Amino acid sequence: MNAIATPRVVMKATSLVKRYGQVVALDGSDFELRAGEILAVIGDNGAGKSSLIKALSGATVPDSGEIQLDGVVTKFRSPIEARRAGIETVYQDLAVAPAMTIAENLFLGREMRRPGWRGGVLRMLDKRRMIEESVARLAELKVGIRSMSQALETLSGGQRQCVAVARAAAFAKHVVIMDEPTAALGVKEGGMVLELIRRVRDRGLAVVLISHNMPHVFEVADRIHVARLGKRATVLNPKKIGMSDTVAVMTGALRPEDLPAEALAH
Amino acid sequence: MASVMPDTQATKPNVGGLQWPAGLSVAVLGPVIALALACTFFATQSDHFLSGGNFSLILQQVAVVGVLAIGQTLVILTGGIDLSCGMLMALGGIVMTRFATTLGMPPALAILCGIGVTSLFGLVNGLLVTRIRLPSFIVTLGTMNIAFAATQLYSGAQTVTDLPPLMTALGDTFSIGSTQFAWGTVAMLALYALAWFVLRETAAGRHVYAVGNNPEATRLVGIATQRVLLVVYVVAGALYGVASLLSVSRTGVGDPNAGQTDNLDAITAVVLGGTSLFGGRGVIVGSLVGALVVGVFRNGLTLMGVSSIYQVLVTGVLVILAVTADQLSRRGAR
Amino acid sequence: MPKFASSLLAIAALAGTATLAVGADQPVIGLITKTDTNPFFVKMKEGADQMAKSRGAKLLTAAGKQDGDNAAQVTAIENMMTAGAKTILITANDSKAIVPAIQKARAKGVMVIALDSPTDPRDATDALFATDNYKAGILIGEYAKAALAGKPAKIVTLDLFPGHPVGAQRHNGFMKGFGLPAPDAAVNELGKADQIVCQADSYGDQAKGQTAMENCLQKNPDVNLVYTINEPAAAGAYTALKRAGKEKGVIIVSVDGGCAGIRNVKAGVIAATSQQYPLKMAALGVAAGVDYATKGTKVSGYTDTGVTLIADKPMAGVESKDSKVGESLCWGK
Repeated sequence: MNAIATPRVVMKATSLVKRYGQVVALDGSDFELRAGEILAVIGDNGAGKSSLIKALSGATVPDSGEIQLDGVVTKFRSPIEARRAGIETVYQDLAVAPAMTIAENLFLGREMRRPGWRGGVLRMLDKRRMIEESVARLAELKVGIRSMSQALETLSGGQRQCVAVARAAAFAKHVVIMDEPTAALGVKEGGMVLELIRRVRDRGLAVVLISHNMPHVFEVADRIHVARLGKRATVLNPKKIGMSDTVAVMTGALRPEDLPAEALAH
Repeated sequence: MASVMPDTQATKPNVGGLQWPAGLSVAVLGPVIALALACTFFATQSDHFLSGGNFSLILQQVAVVGVLAIGQTLVILTGGIDLSCGMLMALGGIVMTRFATTLGMPPALAILCGIGVTSLFGLVNGLLVTRIRLPSFIVTLGTMNIAFAATQLYSGAQTVTDLPPLMTALGDTFSIGSTQFAWGTVAMLALYALAWFVLRETAAGRHVYAVGNNPEATRLVGIATQRVLLVVYVVAGALYGVASLLSVSRTGVGDPNAGQTDNLDAITAVVLGGTSLFGGRGVIVGSLVGALVVGVFRNGLTLMGVSSIYQVLVTGVLVILAVTADQLSRRGAR
Repeated sequence: MPKFASSLLAIAALAGTATLAVGADQPVIGLITKTDTNPFFVKMKEGADQMAKSRGAKLLTAAGKQDGDNAAQVTAIENMMTAGAKTILITANDSKAIVPAIQKARAKGVMVIALDSPTDPRDATDALFATDNYKAGILIGEYAKAALAGKPAKIVTLDLFPGHPVGAQRHNGFMKGFGLPAPDAAVNELGKADQIVCQADSYGDQAKGQTAMENCLQKNPDVNLVYTINEPAAAGAYTALKRAGKEKGVIIVSVDGGCAGIRNVKAGVIAATSQQYPLKMAALGVAAGVDYATKGTKVSGYTDTGVTLIADKPMAGVESKDSKVGESLCWGK
């Protein structure tokens, strides 16, 4: 996964600032996401981790600072605009309709219509095509669910997470952001989701992974963005630094400048 | 590479169109079975029950509540409830009949005005729910009272009679074989077919279910949640206006006291039909079945000579059974 | 200052006693109806208003929110007593549940008169001014018997709902007037007979009356007489009969005498109706209240406010007045 040539930067943010009244959530935070990587974003509570992610996914608009997508300066005023730019987010509560089928959930808000007058005048949905597409997308990511006509709520927590991830991967053009995807899952299901995240990266999408779960972070991340005090403290190479040292950097017990150069991954 | 997870059991063979998951099939089947059982029972109790004429009659008798129930189903699917439906129907009826008689308006225009007024109240309901974020129970409780007062004030508590023939046209009948059917019945069935089509086959219809099932999710995936809700309340209001016309054509008068029990009757029909009061689940045809169940019991018990108080008892029992079945089927789906 | 102040006080005292004197003379009477949407009660209020004005009394009014709303009437009794009402006229939504509130009022010296609907027990109020609903039924029963002219009767009764005294009285009175063995006026259940081929409840509502009649017609297509609890139910029955093409051969009788109902008599929809007089009930009640306030005399017992049979086709041996008379005396619009 490590490119020998200079890696292409998919998404970049400089000096993002966000204030909520007196509270400064982002204090000039930087961010860089490279093509084909899984970038984990870690940080203690109040470090500015969620504010950063909200700014990147369009959920909030930063007070100042710049965001670039593929080298082009962009501004997202809403999550829909971010989505249109090709950034998909898998939210912590999945944003799915449990009573509806897997295929319906995959295409929720982006339903396909039948060709011709049936789709144009009668606005009829092309259910067959949506099911076929769903089967194809899930097969591509090797998610082993056979029937797209099941209600989402019949699936286990891990399976539901996989469907949500697959949905993001199916529609993303550059970036998939995942907010605590393994938080509510047991060991086996968590492993299942991590495997899927790797497949998403292997398909060519860059993944931003927010997680509290250090073992999971170390299992899949290519680089680790450490947020602290509203800024980017540093970016670490999980292959060259241990978990406890990483946690120490996160809490401030260990300063980035005291780390050996190979531990950093700028 | 090995697959990411063990294959889950397919519940149904995948034959093209999106099929209802197992849990929902139970919800539709229940009311149909109840209807079949009721019909069988009454057929054994009275010779007059099983006839084309009697069935046509029952269809006419449930037409008003049936159409009210379409609007109510839409609202309940989004997780709300509309307590104003019966009162809006009465208001619509008074507006259209008085416009046609006292104001001398051409009947077609008067009918449109009546439906316009009920749609306007629907809009008010929708705006209060979406913009001011008030619970639908409270909002429609308020509009119910306002509509009732408006009806009484405008009508002077008097029924409006001597209506132009166009206004009562839906009460006229035509024959199929030796049985008479009312045009109002056709209108009701057509509206159900239309609602069924929109809810099942169009994105707008699916969004109604999604908003009821998880409104936050719809917001996050880019569905205009507030607009969906607003449209639902306005469409429901318009449907109540159509129910006004059906009521006026059936009785031949504009009655300011109409619809007072229809509020709860419409909700009963929706609940009996298997739609969940929590939103996001239900089949529109179920509401028609629910309305028919109540109509069949009323008709059958009268044919048997049983006191009307037992109809009330039976309806109450059926509602409890229906809600219990809904709860159990949801637990089974997990 | 003291001189100025004391003369000011004197004037104020004089003015005060003057108003008090005027106020003390004006009898305060309360009228509590079941609802204020039914034209029957609207007419009652009118009658009370007229009588109050002509006798110089102050009239307070209140009503339940809907039929059966007892709580609002209890509150109204309390509020009116606080406002100084010495007489309360009431059409009770719930003849039993209202009794404790009435007894409390009477214990404080307030005279309570029931209008139109008796309480249960009847003597819980000082007096009752009402239609004799049993008699109203008898009149239309007699008329129907004469109108059928000896043909075997096939009767449909469209009643109110189970357990209501007025519904039972009119139904049983009709049976008695028709010549069938019938329960007496004190019974709250509906009498049965072989000639009554179908009994259904209309709740006094036009649409429900229509549904009830339609269902009865399914059972017995060859009815020739329909008794209805009130005129909206009669209108619904007529629509059902007309749809079935049977309206010519069926006699419909009813009770009430509202203006809309009398118009239906004129139009031939209703053959005969017993007209009752809500205005008279209220006027008598206000007059009694004024007498109590000024002279201290209470009324007691039952006063029949009268019922007249209105029919355009008179029958021999049955006294009736035609719809013109009915219109001059009718209530509602």
